Amino acid sequence: MRPNLRVVSIVSALLILVPLAMPSWVVFILTKALFTFIAVLGVALLLRGGQLTFGHALFFATGTYTVGFSVKWFGFRDALLLVPMGALTGLIMAALVGLIMARYRGVFFAMLNLAFSMILYAILLKFYWVTGGTDGISVGTATFLGFPLRAGTYPFYYLTLVIAGLITYVVYRFLASPLGYFLRAIADNEIRIEYSGESVRRVIYLTYILAGGLGGVSGVLAAFTVGHVVPEDAFWFQSGQFVFIALLGGFEGILGSLMGAVAFEFIQTYSSKYFPYAWQLTLGGIMLFIILFRPGGLWAIYESLVSRFSSKAEGSTHG
Amino acid sequence: MDIGLLTIIIFDGLNYAAVLFLIAVGLTFVYGVLRILNISHGAIYGLGAYMATWLTILLLNKGLPPYLSYFVLLTGAIIIGLITGPSIERLCLRRIYGSDIHIQLLLTFSILLILDDAMKLIWGVEPMFMSEPYFLLGQFSVGGIIYPRYTFLLIGVSASFGVFLVWLVRGTRFGKLVVSVIQDREISVAMGINVGLIYTAAFTMGALSAAIGGAFIAPTISVAPGFAAEVVVMSFAVVAIGGLGNLEGAALGSLIVGLARALAIHLVAELELAVIYLIMVLVLAFRPQGLFGAVEERRI
Repeated sequence: MRPNLRVVSIVSALLILVPLAMPSWVVFILTKALFTFIAVLGVALLLRGGQLTFGHALFFATGTYTVGFSVKWFGFRDALLLVPMGALTGLIMAALVGLIMARYRGVFFAMLNLAFSMILYAILLKFYWVTGGTDGISVGTATFLGFPLRAGTYPFYYLTLVIAGLITYVVYRFLASPLGYFLRAIADNEIRIEYSGESVRRVIYLTYILAGGLGGVSGVLAAFTVGHVVPEDAFWFQSGQFVFIALLGGFEGILGSLMGAVAFEFIQTYSSKYFPYAWQLTLGGIMLFIILFRPGGLWAIYESLVSRFSSKAEGSTHG
Repeated sequence: MDIGLLTIIIFDGLNYAAVLFLIAVGLTFVYGVLRILNISHGAIYGLGAYMATWLTILLLNKGLPPYLSYFVLLTGAIIIGLITGPSIERLCLRRIYGSDIHIQLLLTFSILLILDDAMKLIWGVEPMFMSEPYFLLGQFSVGGIIYPRYTFLLIGVSASFGVFLVWLVRGTRFGKLVVSVIQDREISVAMGINVGLIYTAAFTMGALSAAIGGAFIAPTISVAPGFAAEVVVMSFAVVAIGGLGNLEGAALGSLIVGLARALAIHLVAELELAVIYLIMVLVLAFRPQGLFGAVEERRI
């Protein structure tokens, strides 16, 4: 689990420099990819523990509506305060729901998550005098210490990038901690963890809370990027997409989620441009291919390429 | 609460329950045999609705007697069931039995995405209407309440499909083979049972249930892209409440969900959807295996 410093610095350099040479729509898509990446990291964390959630949109929507209500009730839209607020509401939501969730595994874990996210969806949809119903709430442009921060511009992108960087570090530290190692062991054998003196429920619960916080942060950034929050943020389709991206990238490395998110946003953009009624078909087709032929996701494809190149390089030095 | 309102709630509830049962029973049957929660079930439901609507419109435009439309609805559903069932099972699911649950769920989710767009490509994105079968039967009145007779047809179709499935599993040789495959796959293979064929047949039965559900709900709604997404997740709730893989559970679950939804719509309209998932959470919190489900052994 040691970070490959070369890879990390190449990726960071790419994320910092490439947008400077790109038109603003690419910057916009990369912003979307970054906030999606943050939410997907949460899903990937749980997947690493062998738990699939089909309701992570619960925390995503908690984040988006944190912004929605803040704008609607207080006219407050400062990103500096709202991002930590989103993290906090996500954490609190996860801490409450997680009390029940930590007891379940497998299909039941997936289904219960689904149920909770659908309850939020139903509430957001039906209590329209508070939530705006299907119309949602328009949140407009974010501010940062009073300065406007428009989506698709460099300041907004770099803010998102800094947040994503911080979160990547937190998740990396989490995975490198004993808790992170236990999490991975849960996927293999729960009972042996209990024998070794760690509580499986505690590990799942804490991971769940972290994942919820990530969902909240992602939601806040999403609300400001899109400028609008709608009940669909909590719909199971959104959750499905997060799982989809986590597996598209492969959840073994943090970088996998990033690759998945970037690939997803570009596939979505291009296929909805060229095949307006078939972008889901394109995504589904790619996913089908990955599951049936490359189950490790983009990350595994990347790793097999790397190992092929490095073995060739070794071969040449020895030869 | 007056009698009139109560009657309406009960009729509405049975109506919802009938539709939900048709979809959920297939979902639960597939899970029972294949141990896969088939998310693409919703797309098959949508395809059934589209196919039935399209065929019926074709029939009516040809000027053929409209009473044939009931037959056409069923035919459309059977066509979809027989095409999608075997092809999804043979081409995709067959390769992932025994994989991790997230692979299975995601594979069926991908199929849902693909079929969802396929519907748009085949039939366009404009809503399609076809309500002749609905109006043809007329209405009846009970104690001053007017209610469409089509509801009875829906309940009838749903109940007969349920009875048929139970008979198939409990009363036929095929059913015995299915049960033995559920009990122990390897021994079944050793005894000479064609397990692959049983899986295909079971999945096709599931697909048929979804397609029939879609076909018979079609005359009462406007068939438009995305209409299936909500119904399907409701049928997940039904299945989870009743117990995954349990036929009686699906019946009880759909009755509970249908009646609760009807109650909510007429009394507290805001809770229409939330109440379904609240029930699901309550049931799962106290009986994770569902009301009828058997406790599974803990995997070590």
